[in-house]
Amino acid sequence: MGYIVESLRQLAGAEPTRPAKEKITSRAQEVHHHKKQNPFSKAEFEAIYAEHGTGRTKWRNRRWATLILVNLLFVVSYYFDVQILEGALTASRFVGFHMADLNSALQVMLAYKHLVLNLVIGTVTIFIMWVLLGGRTFCSWVCPYHLLSELAEKLHLLLAGKKLVRDHSFDRRVRSLFYLVFALLALITGYTVFETISPTGILSRALIYGPGIALVWVGLVLLFEIFYSRRAWCRYVCPIGMTYGLVGTVSPVRVKYNVKNCHHEGDCRKVCLVPHVLSMTIKGRASNHDMDIGADCTRCGMCVDICPTDSLDFVLGYAKKSNK
Amino acid sequence: MSDSSTTTNMKSRGRPALSGKRRAEARREFLRTSIMAAGVVGCSLLGFLPLVQGASLRLRPPGALKTTENEKEFLSSCIKCGQCVQVCPVEAIKLADIDEGFGIGTPYIEAREQACDFSCDGLQCVLACPTGSLNHALNFPADTRMGFAKLSRPNACLAIQGKGFKGQARGPDFDGQLRYDEIDRWNPIPVADHPYDLELCDLCVRQCPIEIRITQCAEKKEQASGERVARVAEQVGNECPPVHAIALERVAMPNGEMRMSPVIKEGCVGCGVCEMICPPEPPAIVIDIHKITDFT
Repeated sequence: MGYIVESLRQLAGAEPTRPAKEKITSRAQEVHHHKKQNPFSKAEFEAIYAEHGTGRTKWRNRRWATLILVNLLFVVSYYFDVQILEGALTASRFVGFHMADLNSALQVMLAYKHLVLNLVIGTVTIFIMWVLLGGRTFCSWVCPYHLLSELAEKLHLLLAGKKLVRDHSFDRRVRSLFYLVFALLALITGYTVFETISPTGILSRALIYGPGIALVWVGLVLLFEIFYSRRAWCRYVCPIGMTYGLVGTVSPVRVKYNVKNCHHEGDCRKVCLVPHVLSMTIKGRASNHDMDIGADCTRCGMCVDICPTDSLDFVLGYAKKSNK
Repeated sequence: MSDSSTTTNMKSRGRPALSGKRRAEARREFLRTSIMAAGVVGCSLLGFLPLVQGASLRLRPPGALKTTENEKEFLSSCIKCGQCVQVCPVEAIKLADIDEGFGIGTPYIEAREQACDFSCDGLQCVLACPTGSLNHALNFPADTRMGFAKLSRPNACLAIQGKGFKGQARGPDFDGQLRYDEIDRWNPIPVADHPYDLELCDLCVRQCPIEIRITQCAEKKEQASGERVARVAEQVGNECPPVHAIALERVAMPNGEMRMSPVIKEGCVGCGVCEMICPPEPPAIVIDIHKITDFT
């Protein structure tokens, strides 16, 4: 329950909760205490980096391959008429079975105000699928905008390293506002307003049906991310991410954190799209020996790749409540 | 996005007291966020403009939930996935771009380039639509109400001029396709591969999918009437349209002269084949999307 509540808080944009001392399990407290008594030396750090090496890309490679494959499957299904995955990311048929993007379906239902059977079937199918696969897994493993945004992020970091640009943060709570506003706009105007500017839908259709001027909008958003605010769309705007985040609160596919060997050097938070989910990796903040990363996590695995101590990993299942 | 690394009382639920500098940064962030939020919502609402201007009104695929003047229900129910695009054998359906605002990703037909000739027989786009935005209550081509043909430039009409037509209806470079039953029952072919030689041009009548079905039905009736039709698809596709859509008739011109002219009948569904096949440029006959037949 604590996991769901904390996940929802963070999805809404609240800062992660700092655990009260009495809420920290004795086992975790022991670890914190031990680390305080025996701080890591610089030599130890370097030894660990040397042993693990940096720049591992195992999960990134798997993820990029999956993302490209899924989007390619849409394209191939149409071009060669093989009918495996017909449609676009907003709605499709997988070997004949209806699938509907949860956020697009929500927009349509709010705007149209009817429940269409096929859409309900598609929505339920996709809901179950992403509960099983991790919710925001959609973002980093499927969404074509995520890949472009990752490349834009590399450019942003490169320029930021040369002090040519600076990351301007926004208040994360604005994403909840967007979510509410776009839901209300669909309800009130009767049009799927968000769909007009959704880079996910625009890119998916552009890949399958050919490019259009809508790509200019996607380009503008990318430029904004490169020169002004790192990963701004995914972090502060996209309601699709919010929808799948909500689905992810009950998903068993989670990144897990083990505090024991962690050096709290913060590499994971530096690469993360949503660093607030990794607040327990800050020194003294872990309330448990083993902890699940919150549902706003896109399960992209960047933290798993970069963690020099293997304190973060993909584990299937829910963390045991009592690892005292 | 900061780790508020102050040594405040952990039990206090409120945020740590901010220093002047941090307060100023928080204020700037709030301002930035407000501007960004207004900007994004503002951009999305620009999608209203093409609708207000009526610029997004289009010839839509069969069964689209719309009236002749209002596409609201269609635009709201469409999930913008393009599954209708994928099933169309003549690739008549295209998806609207962002310049159509809230209509982005919705299907439309550019009849002059490629009309819907119902060569899928079963209204595949309607069947493919996951949201019923193309109404599933539709069964046969004759049930469709896309628009209504209009002889917009009678002076350009070859039939009215008493002219015949010889050659490729739209020239050698035209990409559009039609299904010619007598050539290939199952696959459409390029119109450019099917030259005509007509004493009097009657292409709009000759290629009208409704008229073609009416003719086929009449032929079938002439054959042994009790005989079962060989293929189900054929039976469905050729479900007999109840009334004619277009005919070539002798009509009095404004100067009193009697000429042969295409006359649009109440069976016209607005599929656009007449507009596509009409040889003059621009065509003498077009689809009026603001009108549909009142025949039910």
